[in-house]
Amino acid sequence: MKFVHDVKADVTADIVYMMCPMHLLKLDEMIKGLEKGQVLEILTDYDGALEDIPQWCKRTGNEFIGMDEDEDYYKFYVRKTVQ
Amino acid sequence: MRKCYFDHVATNPLHPDVLDAMMPYFKEEFGNPLSIYELGINARNAIENARTSVASLINAKPSTIVFTASGAEANNFAIRGIALAKQNQGKHVIVSKVEHHSVLNSARFLEKNGFAVTYLPVDRYGLVDLDVVKDSITKETILISITHASSEIGSIEPIKEIAAIAKEKNIILHSDAVATTGNIPVDVTELGVDLLSMAAHQFYGPKGAGALYVREGLRIVPLIYGGIQEGGRRAGTENVPAIVGMGKAAELAKNEMGKRMEHCRRLRDRIIESVLKIPNVYLTGHPADDLNKRLPHHASFVVEFIEGEAMLLMLSMRGIYAASGSACSSKALKSSPVLLSLGISSALAQGSIVFSLGMGNTDEDVDYFINEFPQIINKLREMSPFAKGWDEAGEGEKCYTG
Repeated sequence: MKFVHDVKADVTADIVYMMCPMHLLKLDEMIKGLEKGQVLEILTDYDGALEDIPQWCKRTGNEFIGMDEDEDYYKFYVRKTVQ
Repeated sequence: MRKCYFDHVATNPLHPDVLDAMMPYFKEEFGNPLSIYELGINARNAIENARTSVASLINAKPSTIVFTASGAEANNFAIRGIALAKQNQGKHVIVSKVEHHSVLNSARFLEKNGFAVTYLPVDRYGLVDLDVVKDSITKETILISITHASSEIGSIEPIKEIAAIAKEKNIILHSDAVATTGNIPVDVTELGVDLLSMAAHQFYGPKGAGALYVREGLRIVPLIYGGIQEGGRRAGTENVPAIVGMGKAAELAKNEMGKRMEHCRRLRDRIIESVLKIPNVYLTGHPADDLNKRLPHHASFVVEFIEGEAMLLMLSMRGIYAASGSACSSKALKSSPVLLSLGISSALAQGSIVFSLGMGNTDEDVDYFINEFPQIINKLREMSPFAKGWDEAGEGEKCYTG
């Protein structure tokens, strides 16, 4: 896993405490609204996201920038690279 | 015999238009809202339309409404969900003593699980004191939950003022608005609450449908785990007909609110005026003269020397249906904790009786009631060992002194 700090995101999706697979649905939904090159930040406490989000990026061709941790949730950063 | 249903805080009859709106979703439109084919999409659209109507009733965005199966579930969800989400910041919760059991028992659950809970006292009208709210706040306080109005005494709490205090201290505010939503104007923006509970059957919608308003951006731990219904915040295949019914009921309530309030208030005032003519009977909750401080369809009393249950029984034999305090304490024959918290003595609290009106009630119902009720009280007092000689000392003051 690639850890990053202080990534500047264009849009944040706060889905902390929301149930799986909201992280993937939100990812699909939010990325559609972004311009190519913009960065999406996803906040979630769901452990499965550690695998799911990098995999989603691989599958869709978007860039997985990396992740960061807060007190009780994860932060994932995805750059939209596919229109 | 005439039937007078004066127990609208227990539940309301379903509005015929609400049933009509629900019917297709019991029959042909039975799809699961998560299914991707037409049946599913129709069900999904119906739920989203209902969400828009419910949001509009309380002046909120549709995305802030989470449907639940009841007002009690909404209260449990709010209190437990916020306490668990915020426990890293502190473990102190404030509620009032006039809350519904679904709030009080949720608070007790938190107490058993390492949280501290303050139960705010109330004045003789059942209102919390803003200075006491302020003084109860500690640096550990994460949540305040105060009912918008108690269904037992009808008093409307100063939520807007409490919200200002909570906001200043960065504390989350929840309000149980089950008794108010759909009956009086409820505007979450104006009230300044972070969470608000409601139940459809309190405004001519179906039972089994409630909702929690969760302010945008607020994190809450789910109460029911499972699938991604309700945006991943409340699992379980949606009760589509009930939700559709709640939406229709919300739409009707919004359109007819003024008319409904005026209809009920007028009949309610006639009841209060006549009942207070009976000696040694006292109004509980806030006096009805201030419309902003008492539910317009609500009249509650304590009757000295006799028991609420006996009154209920005799009233029901004459076709008049009322309540004695909350449904739960009524069944358990307990003195209502809400009445005790107003400073009413345990003996007097036994004589509690609540009349709550609705659109089905008429002036003729009230005429009938006005004729029957004093007779019932006289009859019961004749039988009561506590009433011996009560009328020799003259009429009591029309206000309990605590």
